[in-house]
Amino acid sequence: MEEVDVEPTTTPIPGFDSNQKHLGFVWGPGDILVYETIYKASGGSAGGCPFVHEVRKDEDIYSPILRKLFNESHHIFVGLQRIREDLPSKNKKPQFVSISKNYRSVIRACMEELQQVAVYHNDSLGNTLLSLELIWNLCEVLFIDAAPAGSLVLHLLDWVRLHKADVDEKAREVLASESPAEHQAYWDVVISYVLQGRMDEARQVLVKQAALQPAARVMFKLLDNLLMKMPIFNPGETQTLTEFDVKWRHWREEVDHCLQDQSFASNRHLEDICKILVGDEDVLLEYKELLSTWYHFLVTRLLFSHPTVKPTELHYYAQSSMHMFLDTRSVPEPLDSILLAAFEFDIHQVIKDCSIALNNWWFVGHLTDLLDHCKLLQSHNLHFGSNLREFLLLEYASGLFTHHSLWQLAVDYFDHCPEFGRVYLELQIERVPLDTERKALKVIRICEQRQMTEQVRSICKIMAKKALRNNRLGSALSWSIRAKDAAFATLISERFLQDYCAKGTFSDLDLIDNLGPAMLLSDRLTFLGKYREFHRLYGEKRFSDAAKLLLSLMTAKIAPHSFWMTLLTDALPLLEQKEVIFSADQTHELMFCLEELTSGKSDEDIETTKIELLRLALARNLAMAIVKEGTVEV
Amino acid sequence: MFVARSIAADHKDLIHDVSYDFHGRRMATCSSDQSVKVWDKSESGDWHCTASWKTHSGSVWRVTWAHPEFGQVLASCSFDRTAAVWEEIVGESNDKQRGQSHWIKRTTLVDSRTSVTDVKFAPKHMGLMLTTCSADGVVRVYEAPDVMNLSQWSLQHEISCKLSCSCISWNPSSSRAHPPMIAVGSDDSNVMYGGKVQIYEYNDNTRKYAKAETLMTVTDAVHDIAFSPNLGRSFHVLAIATKDVRIFKLVPLRKESSSTGPTKFEVQIVAQFDNHNSQVWRVSWNITSTLLASSGDDGCVRLWKANYMDNWKCTGILKGDGSPVNGSSGQPGAMNTMVGSTVQTSQNALNGSAAGRYFFPPLDAPRAGSRYGHLLPPPSLIEHSDAQFSPHSQLPQSPMAIHGQPPQSPLSLHRLYSHSRALNTLPEHD
Repeated sequence: MEEVDVEPTTTPIPGFDSNQKHLGFVWGPGDILVYETIYKASGGSAGGCPFVHEVRKDEDIYSPILRKLFNESHHIFVGLQRIREDLPSKNKKPQFVSISKNYRSVIRACMEELQQVAVYHNDSLGNTLLSLELIWNLCEVLFIDAAPAGSLVLHLLDWVRLHKADVDEKAREVLASESPAEHQAYWDVVISYVLQGRMDEARQVLVKQAALQPAARVMFKLLDNLLMKMPIFNPGETQTLTEFDVKWRHWREEVDHCLQDQSFASNRHLEDICKILVGDEDVLLEYKELLSTWYHFLVTRLLFSHPTVKPTELHYYAQSSMHMFLDTRSVPEPLDSILLAAFEFDIHQVIKDCSIALNNWWFVGHLTDLLDHCKLLQSHNLHFGSNLREFLLLEYASGLFTHHSLWQLAVDYFDHCPEFGRVYLELQIERVPLDTERKALKVIRICEQRQMTEQVRSICKIMAKKALRNNRLGSALSWSIRAKDAAFATLISERFLQDYCAKGTFSDLDLIDNLGPAMLLSDRLTFLGKYREFHRLYGEKRFSDAAKLLLSLMTAKIAPHSFWMTLLTDALPLLEQKEVIFSADQTHELMFCLEELTSGKSDEDIETTKIELLRLALARNLAMAIVKEGTVEV
Repeated sequence: MFVARSIAADHKDLIHDVSYDFHGRRMATCSSDQSVKVWDKSESGDWHCTASWKTHSGSVWRVTWAHPEFGQVLASCSFDRTAAVWEEIVGESNDKQRGQSHWIKRTTLVDSRTSVTDVKFAPKHMGLMLTTCSADGVVRVYEAPDVMNLSQWSLQHEISCKLSCSCISWNPSSSRAHPPMIAVGSDDSNVMYGGKVQIYEYNDNTRKYAKAETLMTVTDAVHDIAFSPNLGRSFHVLAIATKDVRIFKLVPLRKESSSTGPTKFEVQIVAQFDNHNSQVWRVSWNITSTLLASSGDDGCVRLWKANYMDNWKCTGILKGDGSPVNGSSGQPGAMNTMVGSTVQTSQNALNGSAAGRYFFPPLDAPRAGSRYGHLLPPPSLIEHSDAQFSPHSQLPQSPMAIHGQPPQSPLSLHRLYSHSRALNTLPEHD
């Protein structure tokens, strides 16, 4: 299909002359920053270029009313994706029609809400929504419900009635007036009802006039009879389309006969109604004002001239109606072209024209998705059908992702785009600003549900780095454990130990006491955990366990050498206890550790007094241990 | 699109580069005034300058952020033949109170003998690596072996490109199937020197970068180059700013398993646009590479987009409104208010003119009135409840319930529905 060339939109940048300077730019998450610059090396006059402009698109997302549209349609979208593929498509049709109606009811709800605030709100959004609903409704009738001949006209009538509802307002006003039959809008109401095929209502109103003109009673009775007898196809009944057609032709002959007889010649209004009933196009066009749109004209024309029109014949009547109705000089508006394309059953053109006219992907994304589920894109021989659906959904979801809270809805859309959804999600989700720990956890949960391990790791790492910068060691440690980042965990454990050496206490005890297997992430973290365990045992007065652990930290080389002196110092009070805690063997091992630490170092490096103290304590403990171990208990 | 806000950057000379951080909450600007400024976005979306300092002794050409996994780190490059790495440290409390942050220089990379024209961090899966290119035709790859210590950088590779280099781009693909790859552009304008875009690929065996490809068709000066995000595809997409905008596809050719040489590519041109009339200076992809932006001699930024059939088209233009350029002579304060009002008026104008694009053109009065404003949705035509398809219960936000009860407020519903009901029921008694 040929692509229609669409002129790109131009966005003016204030206070900048494109003829004199260059426009630099940088992409942001939902915007572009631009600034004036000169790229040529010999670049013209220097001088301050004071402004960076933030250019945004899709401000639609920020409208609070449309946010509801996005939220609600998201639920419908997710529901639609859950309809089982394996059901025969025949059984699914009512479901699809109902989903389509749900989408429309959301649009309607937004319009209602807009109406309430319309006093101070730009009405163009309301008009857009109205047009969207109009197009969607027509697509529902023609593509999703796919009404056959006979029912088709009835559905189209409903469509017109729904979107040309001001006649009811007017009727109410007329009927509420003191003398309805003399109201200036009286005949407008009657004819509007007839144009919409609402014969019973038209008759109700006509009665008022008949009562006023007893002389013309017979004439009114005749018209009332014609209106009452007009056959309406009823798909529920056993009547076939052919039977209906015969009946309708018979009725039409009767109406025609009345016209020939000049039965209504004395009343212009009644004669016009009668002419409308035989589908007189000239008379119909005289009531352009009441019809107001070419598609109303089309549907009225079909009702009175071709009530059994087939879907395949629609395009012919649609085109001619549009040309007859619209001024030949005027160019059809986008809405007219879109509706015409729909009447021509050119789904692709409808989607494309809507994309161009709307520049918002909500409508085309959801409609195309629904049509794709109805298997309509394939049956219309668009080989790229599913790509078109995914393309539009990706665009829509990417737009949502730039919003600070709507991005969460976008995740589900990406999930249902089999080709690129995941990659898009990966690219977008790691850029969600991690303002708070809570938000970070939310993002991580979404990633974890989708086995996006690299993104989870990266987010944890970013959070760990951030916590460390702000000196929140506990948080930094738990994030780096989650990121399984051994190097970073080592660094933070180091910081914990430094802090301990400086202050003599540990911070974030809860975390360190409950490390569990996470302790094994790095040697230094293991040491930190074990060393803290030693302190706990000591605090609980479980001295021999504490002593054993302390010794093993050195002999198993878990403790870094730089920390040995601290550990040996920690052993001092245990050695000084009255009770023997370190056995003779253990004391020997402690002595080896001390020697290993001091050997080969010059005297200045070593805290001599401390070592002397240690040696003394060790020797005394050894003596006590030997005595104790050599003593036979009696 | 519309200008949402204008930020008085207050640089004393031309801005050469603006760079967003990974999350889009901070930006850095650099200028011929030899300084770099860092800006933070507030909750309300306003930008505040939180640091401004002299970085080099010459024009600063480019500034770029490292991935936040490595902390708050910037790199800059300059006419003064150096590149520098900066790290933000959490400052003194009174700094914080003033809303200022402190950046310290971690290293100066002085290996270049000429102006350093571009600086880029490598993709994060390669570790903390920084690349520079310079007018003397050398691309240098540095690495910080200890990411906790940013003052130590070692020069890992020096790639001699023989031609004055203007720009570099890393292939962002983290797929194991794709070895690290870097594209280098040259702004040498002599067409006799052949292709101005070279692709280098890392070879695991030799542990060196080797030339994999030269785009022979690009013979004019190249000013910027950008690999697109990979999207899990087997091929690579490269945008080039030269005398026009070009998009190339690099399809790796099947390699024999025994071969240890660099990957060979089939080079296809995907699109070529000369709308900028003359030189194109910058090209850049958005996050998901659905849009390419370019800036050229016509003083415009153009946005390019592919449709679902991979047809590329210009979808938007950012262009000066033609009002006279106000030189640096104006007082910053006075300028601020002046342009502030300009912005507002042009924004209003825009909202009007943009309506045609965003919405259908305004309908003529009687039709508009009849189509909108007297809506009477008969309840029978629209379903408000549908138990079968009631949306699942995980509602991130659940403003109005479409099921169970009508979304409209009861009052408006009553008002709207009562008309049609009253009239519809009448004939039934007939």
